[in-house]
Amino acid sequence: MSDQKDEKKTNRRDFLFTATAAAGVVGVGAAVWPLVDQMNPDASVKALASTEVDVSSMQPGQSLTVLWRGKPVFIKRRTDDEIKKARAVDINDLKHPEKDEDRAKNPEWLVMLGICTHLGCVPLTDKGDYDGWFCPCHGSHYDTSGRIRKGPAPTNMEIPKYEFVNTNTIKIG
Amino acid sequence: MSDHEYTPSSKFGKWFNDRLPLLTLANHLTDYPTPKNLNYWWTFGGILTFCLITQIVTGLVLAMHYIAHADMAFSSVEHIMRDVNYGWLLRYVHANGASMFFLAVYIHIFRSLFYGSYKSPREIIWILGIIIYLLMMAAAFMGYVLPWGQMSFWGATVITNLFSAIPLVGESITTWLWGGYSVDNPTLTRFFTLHYLIPFLILGLVVLHIWALHVPGNNNPVGIDIKKPSKDTVPFHPYIVIKDAFALLMFCIVFALFVFYQPNILGHADNYIEADPLVTPAHIVPEWYLLPFYAILRSVPDKLMGVVAMLSAILILAALPWLDTSKVRSAVFRPLFRQFYWILVADVLILGYVGAMPAEGLYLLIARVATAYYFAHFLIILPVLGWKEKTTPLPLSITEPVLGGSPNLAAARSDEKIEKTIK
Repeated sequence: MSDQKDEKKTNRRDFLFTATAAAGVVGVGAAVWPLVDQMNPDASVKALASTEVDVSSMQPGQSLTVLWRGKPVFIKRRTDDEIKKARAVDINDLKHPEKDEDRAKNPEWLVMLGICTHLGCVPLTDKGDYDGWFCPCHGSHYDTSGRIRKGPAPTNMEIPKYEFVNTNTIKIG
Repeated sequence: MSDHEYTPSSKFGKWFNDRLPLLTLANHLTDYPTPKNLNYWWTFGGILTFCLITQIVTGLVLAMHYIAHADMAFSSVEHIMRDVNYGWLLRYVHANGASMFFLAVYIHIFRSLFYGSYKSPREIIWILGIIIYLLMMAAAFMGYVLPWGQMSFWGATVITNLFSAIPLVGESITTWLWGGYSVDNPTLTRFFTLHYLIPFLILGLVVLHIWALHVPGNNNPVGIDIKKPSKDTVPFHPYIVIKDAFALLMFCIVFALFVFYQPNILGHADNYIEADPLVTPAHIVPEWYLLPFYAILRSVPDKLMGVVAMLSAILILAALPWLDTSKVRSAVFRPLFRQFYWILVADVLILGYVGAMPAEGLYLLIARVATAYYFAHFLIILPVLGWKEKTTPLPLSITEPVLGGSPNLAAARSDEKIEKTIK
């Protein structure tokens, strides 16, 4: 009895069914992938990967917002007072502990994505409880180093890849 | 499908019906036995069908003039408003139509909640309804992005950023949704495509929703099972058709008041400023119909948990048939549930109000309490009420409390016994 049952369980037809289904799944997956991947950034979007900015006219305390990959980038020439404030913070008090030294290699220049890490709004410059940035959407406060201090945002504002091409020009990306 | 055999009277009708039984379907729809005590809260199904068709028709003609491109979308909408013949009317009907659609759907949902229409054997109708509601929100959100104003752009940014809360893959998902590194032209074109598609998906689901309804038949204000057809039912046509038509007329008056007298009152002035990726409006608010969920999102101080709470607030409704343990459907016979029902209505209205206010101070506190109560209603109060509540006695039929003439239920029951023995 039991032998017969086992024979019924795995015969050649079952193998054919499984093999056909497996081949079908692979085929459908291969066909669906282009339909999914077409939504990812295309070649023309990726080509706009870097931007050069002339900062020669900026005075201490001034800030500039430029567009990079469709996103705003804040370039802030910080005053001595602002730098002092940013560096005096005990990093253990921070929600997302990062040293100002790591965020601004050249202390006078802070370059960061001007996008609130909560839900992507653009924070307002020189506002908020920590004299840095304030996001009007859901009330996140950032300090003069762009670190999250109060509110729903989970992390500090992101520092993009950038470099000084010469003393007056910053290349972002 | 039909409860009785139907034969068309004409020879051609019979020939056709034997090959494609459309006439049987039409006969089923007109003769469909409906509880005779349906009140005006039951007319919103028909009103919603009207709303869907209005949106599809006006949307179709708007799409003939609209250009889905980041550089041209805003001016093409202004072109519709100023140059296209009756363009202002079509756009205002479409934009306010979305609000009217949600107004009707909220009444429809809260009617179900009051009369227990989600309970067995109508769980599938209810779940299909929740899916339709979710698709409506997706369609409304994407539609709001199309004019490419400031609220369009920043609303799209905030909502798509919700996906970035997903651990590990969140960033890749948002980039994939955007087709770039921020909301931009690729985002607009895909939203337009999906905005065009979703109403037809909804249409298909509405057919299933009505099909699933026609299997057990309508619930009714008394909430008891009735025999169909019987002295408790009337045919859908003309009784319900004329009642639905009258209610629709009243609804259209409200609709017209918005379209012709206050076409912009439900919108935001910021959306008449073209999208600017460098400036966020001071106060981002979604459309009124999403405010309660927005309040829930903001009331949780953690990004991921906020998104989870917001989604759960909607998905919890799908589990409602199993969370509500009471066997009695209608709130009419559930004195305690009735009170909690009205507290829930107030709670949702409060959430809507604080959702429109800045998320700080007292507003934030109220939002948190209201959010906690919202979940407590479904997860604690409803399951416990089913066990604890002492419900009032149910009538034996819809006609009994009216024609029985006597409030004495025992007498009515013995009457029925006598009837049975006579038979």
